[in-house]
Amino acid sequence: MSAAEQALARTEAVPLSLRGPAATRVVAGYGFWLFLLSDIIIFAALFAAYAVLSGETAGGPTGATLFDKTHVLIETACLLASSVTCGFGSLAVQSGSRNSTYFWMAITFILGVTFLSLELSEFSHMLEIGAGPSRSAFLSAFFTLVGTHGLHVTIGLCWLIVMLLQVATLGFQPMVSRRFFCFGLFWHALDIVWIGVFTIVYLGAHL
Amino acid sequence: MSTEIEAQGVSPGVNVHTDGTRRSYLIGLGYAVILTLASFWASSTDVVYPPGVPILLGVLAIAQMGIHLVFFLHISSAPDQTNNILALAFGIFVVGLLVFGSMIIIAHLNHNMMPMDRLIQMQR
Repeated sequence: MSAAEQALARTEAVPLSLRGPAATRVVAGYGFWLFLLSDIIIFAALFAAYAVLSGETAGGPTGATLFDKTHVLIETACLLASSVTCGFGSLAVQSGSRNSTYFWMAITFILGVTFLSLELSEFSHMLEIGAGPSRSAFLSAFFTLVGTHGLHVTIGLCWLIVMLLQVATLGFQPMVSRRFFCFGLFWHALDIVWIGVFTIVYLGAHL
Repeated sequence: MSTEIEAQGVSPGVNVHTDGTRRSYLIGLGYAVILTLASFWASSTDVVYPPGVPILLGVLAIAQMGIHLVFFLHISSAPDQTNNILALAFGIFVVGLLVFGSMIIIAHLNHNMMPMDRLIQMQR
């Protein structure tokens, strides 16, 4: 490579107008990043509703009596661990190693299912004791916010199954690794939303 | 990893500037565990001045979100990440407007509302 080519290979040496179209991977990642930010804005609206309504219990149970902290800590641990195994899985996808992709993504899936079943057991317990979404404005806001997060996790788990099937049938084609990459972003973003949920909903209720 | 640097920047989530990305996930995990345990501890402790606890929880949560962005989503201030950072900044701006705007407006409305017993009296 000549000195001039080397200089051109440095991205900052080429003016923006001369760089040409961005690679598909960059465009796809950026588009998905914009989607994630708009998804986070949806959650922001639900957080705002919860913050406004969290005191309106209409004589019903309050958050302090309903929420169990150790339960939430286990849920948080599951989601955090699954975020890291998902990161290891995307590294395995990048290096094109099929077995370690299956291994890490299977662990991610199991941790995600554990999180979901813990959340559903909490929901069903609340419904049993008459603290369903129709009890008070506080509980409506709670079920909407936490339920939307749970729905996102469910969609993520379905997506993960589809991605593993695509690796099995199509192999590591560029489009498959692109989709896997977007899945990783989605999963990490859900973890960021969960930080807000456990801080505002669960820890905030005990203050 | 330098071959992954694209002419128009990199997509979010691609870590091109540090070696050993597996290490970066583990560092992120370490920080996230510490911050999570700290916020669970802060919510049930008597050591911290009670009215200050919500602020402490907020700081810990924002710090952990930052840790996740840097170590898991690999957002950095590198020149090829300008687009990602700009989008993130706008997203944070809209989230702030939504959450704090709603809380301030509803608190004002609540403050200016007629007490409930007077309202019921007037409806009779």
